[in-house]
Amino acid sequence: MIGQYTRRKVTNYLMLTLCGLATLAAIAILLLVVGYTAVNGLPYLNLEFITQTARPLGEPGGGMRNEIIGTLILVGLASAIGLPVGLLAGSFLAEYGDGRVGTAVRLVADVLTGVPSVVIGIFVYIIMVRSMGTFSALSGGVALAIIMLPIVARTTEEMMRLIPATYREAALALGISRWRTIISVVIPGAMTGIVTGSMLAVARITGETAPLIFTALGNRFGFSGLLNPIAAMPLQIWRYATSAYDTWHQQAWAASFLLVIFVLFINISVRWLTARRYGYTR
Amino acid sequence: MPRIDFDRHLQQLQDELLLLGSMVEKAINKAVDALKRRDLEVSKQVVKEDDLVDEKRFQLEEQCIELIATQQPIARDLRTIVAVMQIAVELERMGDYAEGIGKISLMMGSEPPVKPLIDIPRMTEKATDMLSKSLDAFVNRDVALATQVCVDDDEVDALYDQVYRELLMLMIQTPEIIERGTYLLWAAHDLERIADRATNIAERVIFLVTGKLMEINVSKY
Amino acid sequence: MSHETDWERPLEQRAKIVVERLNAWYGPVHAIHDISLTILDRRITAVIGPSGCGKSTLLRCLNRMHEVQPGARAQGEVLLNGENIYASGVDPVTVRRRVGMVFQRPNPFPTMSVFDNVAAGLKLHSLLSRTRFADTVERALRRAALWDEVKDKLKKNGAALSGGQQQRLCIARALAVEPEVLLMDEPASALDPMATLAIEDLMRELVQDTTIVIVTHNMQQAARVSDKTAFLLANAQGAGELIEYGDTPQVFTNPKDERTEAYITGRFG
Repeated sequence: MIGQYTRRKVTNYLMLTLCGLATLAAIAILLLVVGYTAVNGLPYLNLEFITQTARPLGEPGGGMRNEIIGTLILVGLASAIGLPVGLLAGSFLAEYGDGRVGTAVRLVADVLTGVPSVVIGIFVYIIMVRSMGTFSALSGGVALAIIMLPIVARTTEEMMRLIPATYREAALALGISRWRTIISVVIPGAMTGIVTGSMLAVARITGETAPLIFTALGNRFGFSGLLNPIAAMPLQIWRYATSAYDTWHQQAWAASFLLVIFVLFINISVRWLTARRYGYTR
Repeated sequence: MPRIDFDRHLQQLQDELLLLGSMVEKAINKAVDALKRRDLEVSKQVVKEDDLVDEKRFQLEEQCIELIATQQPIARDLRTIVAVMQIAVELERMGDYAEGIGKISLMMGSEPPVKPLIDIPRMTEKATDMLSKSLDAFVNRDVALATQVCVDDDEVDALYDQVYRELLMLMIQTPEIIERGTYLLWAAHDLERIADRATNIAERVIFLVTGKLMEINVSKY
Repeated sequence: MSHETDWERPLEQRAKIVVERLNAWYGPVHAIHDISLTILDRRITAVIGPSGCGKSTLLRCLNRMHEVQPGARAQGEVLLNGENIYASGVDPVTVRRRVGMVFQRPNPFPTMSVFDNVAAGLKLHSLLSRTRFADTVERALRRAALWDEVKDKLKKNGAALSGGQQQRLCIARALAVEPEVLLMDEPASALDPMATLAIEDLMRELVQDTTIVIVTHNMQQAARVSDKTAFLLANAQGAGELIEYGDTPQVFTNPKDERTEAYITGRFG
């Protein structure tokens, strides 16, 4: 009896320690990544870095204005395409997705989530870049939108399904039509969840590099239209980091840090939003 | 204020009971008056009108059963409904006594009474007074008044004693009037019973208010 | 002298809904079998019976909410003021505006204020209507006996009210579109006894100018509140059938069918 009890206590203690260590490891890695990029990038991050364009090799200073703007445009484009389509697809899956079509769409979305982003880049390269004859901001946006799409659609669906049937029934019983019920009762109820999912999708595509290599290509100069190649931070980081010059390495660190901050900001906003959703203030 | 509908039904029930009470009171007065005036037409009417009293009583009872079945009354509500049911029975029996007096009048036919009626109207007055007091006590949930009704019964008993002795003497003196004398004795007895029933109502009122069942004044008869 | 003096409200017994040989299914499951009954205008009709007897299904067939569930269908006739709501070409949305519904659990829209909840049926009916709803909202809240409690909280979220208030809010929401019939599916089963009695009083008040059909597994409630009572029971195949339908006092004092007697006296099964 006593022996068993002691054994259980030891096992319990051991498992608790292991769990604690694993948690610590996960947090440590996150802190290490953020800390390392901060230590290496922060010294070179200044106003000039954000407002100036890149200078020729050897000249000191210069910044990533074009790349920052490029990334914003690409993310904006991707959101403009991916969010509405994802939202509608998600609504369809939630409201009418019980049949065979719904199952098929859901499967496709799940597979799409798992497709490596470089494959999506190649796909868009073949159908857009090759047929249009040029790398372009538009094709970059489309590639990012395709990555967003399944994430947005599936979270939208899940969030809408969480709205209890009683609210739908209440609306229908008031003589409100089905589509009006979806727009005015179901979607507002699921809104915080949908916004959360969308923001996570935006955070996810902001750092994507691989698909942009085949689509947006990069551009040393400023934005020159949606049908021309466009600069992007991840691309520039990749190029600078793989170069042989210390100044470029420094710039890559600074840009990396900026990206990490951006993604962190989005994640913290999401936490804040969800806390408000589930907190007692309604 | 919850249960508005139930409260309205309860009130209605009690109003109906008072209606029955006034029907009975009228019947008693009418019966004795016809006996005194030897008005056989009115006596016939009294006998006939007792059917209405009986019908009203069944109606009240039905309503009580409906309320118990549908409204799940408890505590004072339940006591009220039970009291109404029992008071309705008492009233209906009083009605039967009034009918009985009507029948006595009819049996006496055209013959005059053995003596002028003096104590019998007095008994009537007292008994109907007890009846209306007991119903007042019911309406106002007045225990003191209800107790008073029980005490009053002694006066009616005393009057009955007087009537009984007087008629007995008369019948001993003149055996020819035994039949007519007995009729009057029955009428007096009916009135005495009416007073007893009034005390029963008073006891119900005391039960309604205090929740206790008790005999207040044991009648001599 | 009649037995029916002023005890019962003297009201003409006009039919509001006539159900004719109604059958309903959930997929292959036969939920109610051949039910026919007449629901009287401006009366409260209670539908009672054990769980699974099809009473909620019957109720949901009266405003075509049954078919909202996947695989559910109904057959037979439901005549609302003489018109069959199951006739081809009848828009269920229109039917539901005439026959409102209150559910078991209070379900005010969580994203809307008290005011918007009550106005929901009016606002969401069309995109175009831009009329002011203030008067209608106040009237509906007053009829639901909620106005005094919420008149200073109209902008607050409907979910912030107490359970009983939420249910009256749902009643107000249903009343705002001025339905001719109000269906109530166990409207008080999630409420405490005082809130329950308040809802029952409210029903007696509302029935002055609407028709109410209430489903309840609480027999005492059916007895207290209704004018007519229908007793349903599942047959051997599990489909609900109408066993007895009559005046509530009669059903509860002298039921005609043995099974009704067994159920209401708690000797069921």
